[in-house]
Amino acid sequence: MSVQREFHTKWGMVIDLDKCTGCGACMVACQVENNIAPTPDASDMTRVLTWMLVYKLENKQKFPNYDVAYLPRPCMQCENPSCVPVCPVVATTKDEEGGIVSQIYPRCIGCRYCMAACPYHVRYFNWFDPQWPAGMEKTLTPFSSTRPRGVVEKCHFCHHRFMAAKEKARATGGEPMKLAEDAYIPACVEACPTGALIFGNLKDPTHQVAKLSHSKNAKRLLERLGGKPQVYYMSKRQWVLDMLDNDLGDGSHGGVTGGGNHG
Amino acid sequence: MAKAIDQALWPEGVERCSLTKFLLWLVVPALLMLWGLVAAGVVFWYGLGMTGLNNYFAFGLYITFDLAVIALGAGAFFTGLLRYILKIEALVPIVNLTVIVGFFCYSGAMLILTMELGQPLRSWFGFWHPNVHSMLTEVIFCISVYLSVLIIEYIPLVFEQKQLNKVPFLHHLAHNMHVVMPLFAGIGAFLSTFHQGSLGGMYGVMFARPFAYREGFFIWPWTFFLFVLSAVASGPCFTVLICTAIEKISGKRMVEYRVKSLMGKIAGTMLCIYLFFKFLDTWAWIDSILPAAGNSFDQMFNGLVYGKWLMFTELIVCGVIPAIMLVIPSVRKRESMLIIASLLNCVGVSLNRYIITVQALAVPVMPFDSWQVYVPAWTEWAPSFMVLAYGVIVISLSYRYLPVFPQERKLNYK
Repeated sequence: MSVQREFHTKWGMVIDLDKCTGCGACMVACQVENNIAPTPDASDMTRVLTWMLVYKLENKQKFPNYDVAYLPRPCMQCENPSCVPVCPVVATTKDEEGGIVSQIYPRCIGCRYCMAACPYHVRYFNWFDPQWPAGMEKTLTPFSSTRPRGVVEKCHFCHHRFMAAKEKARATGGEPMKLAEDAYIPACVEACPTGALIFGNLKDPTHQVAKLSHSKNAKRLLERLGGKPQVYYMSKRQWVLDMLDNDLGDGSHGGVTGGGNHG
Repeated sequence: MAKAIDQALWPEGVERCSLTKFLLWLVVPALLMLWGLVAAGVVFWYGLGMTGLNNYFAFGLYITFDLAVIALGAGAFFTGLLRYILKIEALVPIVNLTVIVGFFCYSGAMLILTMELGQPLRSWFGFWHPNVHSMLTEVIFCISVYLSVLIIEYIPLVFEQKQLNKVPFLHHLAHNMHVVMPLFAGIGAFLSTFHQGSLGGMYGVMFARPFAYREGFFIWPWTFFLFVLSAVASGPCFTVLICTAIEKISGKRMVEYRVKSLMGKIAGTMLCIYLFFKFLDTWAWIDSILPAAGNSFDQMFNGLVYGKWLMFTELIVCGVIPAIMLVIPSVRKRESMLIIASLLNCVGVSLNRYIITVQALAVPVMPFDSWQVYVPAWTEWAPSFMVLAYGVIVISLSYRYLPVFPQERKLNYK
């Protein structure tokens, strides 16, 4: 059996669902930052590429008790990822510096097994050749590669920003493996107008995420499945927290399934 | 009666229809092949976006069809194992056919697999950058090597073609290959067992998909063993069906009925063993895996397309019923019953592959997610029909020109 790997740094995100207004700025920032090509038919929601996707949650009650919450969903960067052990060609793996689940596009054979294994639908396949309308290619950032048709892609916490932050730390005499809280943040976090997205090292007690992730109002998505996401959601509303995991509601069962990696 | 132009190529002492009639017979499969090739061209040229697959249904008809034909082709390795390793001589009259069926099933599956990959030109990466933890790596390894074994098993039969066999080198090569065939039967059984298992294991290890996830033994989830058992339970039945189809179409008997009955008995026994474990597995899944994931049995099904009827059809109509029919000698010995039971058995294993592939992905896992419906596009149907047509062509050519059935002369020409 493979052993779950631990890393000195564990980049993670805490998302305050009570602050999120569902504006979608994070989605747009992500698309621009990571050179995600516009989908020819964006109305087909099962084919679009949205590394960061905002879900709408409703409490299914009638007015005046009706309530709504918005849930931004990046890649969960699971500690025990379901996608990594299944990849036949090691195109995806846990990054050795920060526990980010990486994706090597030139290695990916496009079998989509990782997509089948991930319950969060964070992995996206390039169904067609990416095409940017004339003139729009000027918006491409040189810091992120574009992907060809036939490979799987996903959110990687804007890994290029992590690389840049480490480079800057080295250049300025800092410690690249002990970055300050704001030295490296993904584009979605930077763009969030309400500060609902907070990013940092979950293992560094000086980082805000380390404290917030231990809040009684913090919970991870589908904790029962055993993926151990590095993304935490916060809310003071119980129905919102309840929506983060499947629950039979009778209290007779529960606990994490075996989980685990084959091999 | 005028002699057929290709009579000199027929096996010794048998009759075949005229070449014109034979070529007319091949027209429909050839057109289906063409249709499949057009679809393959469209997918290769424009990408997998031309299929009905999407980000919810990463796997669909291609994989379902692959899994089904590979299970149905399991008659090759299992009959080979029984014939060459366990020395069940009664299977000699049908073992050639099982090899041909296995060959077309596996090579056909490989054809579809090239389309299944988003980057088919990188398919060799499975050997170059293997992830030893991935069940799919095991599948890539075993399926490729096992196809080679099937080719090695098929070659002596080709060399025994009447004209080719006159070449001394080919004659001796075929003879010597026959001598070492138990070795290849053993390798084939080993490889096939593991990749049949790994195909099942692919789904069983997806621990974040409660519909598919299973506990297991050491590194193997129970679906690993269930796939092996269901394949060896259906493979012999598929061979019986093909054999019967050849008999009906040609109007001749190819094997003694007791051979087919024995194949049915073997399949029935394996089906009983499979169902015993399948029911245990289903019970454990309902009682343990699902509640641990916070799900109930009812949540795994939805509407008509993903309704419970699928599972009950698979387990009862296409499982328990054919199992009973096949293990009762008096029922099995009636050809019509054997055919019905074999058909149900083969439909059951195909249905199982569909459910474990498509339904597993359709079930929403996140509490706020919704059911999605997968509709295969023509670009997925056409290659599936292409493989079936390819099978018809391979079997037709083999039957016409190769000595496939050693009993054919005795049973038809006094």
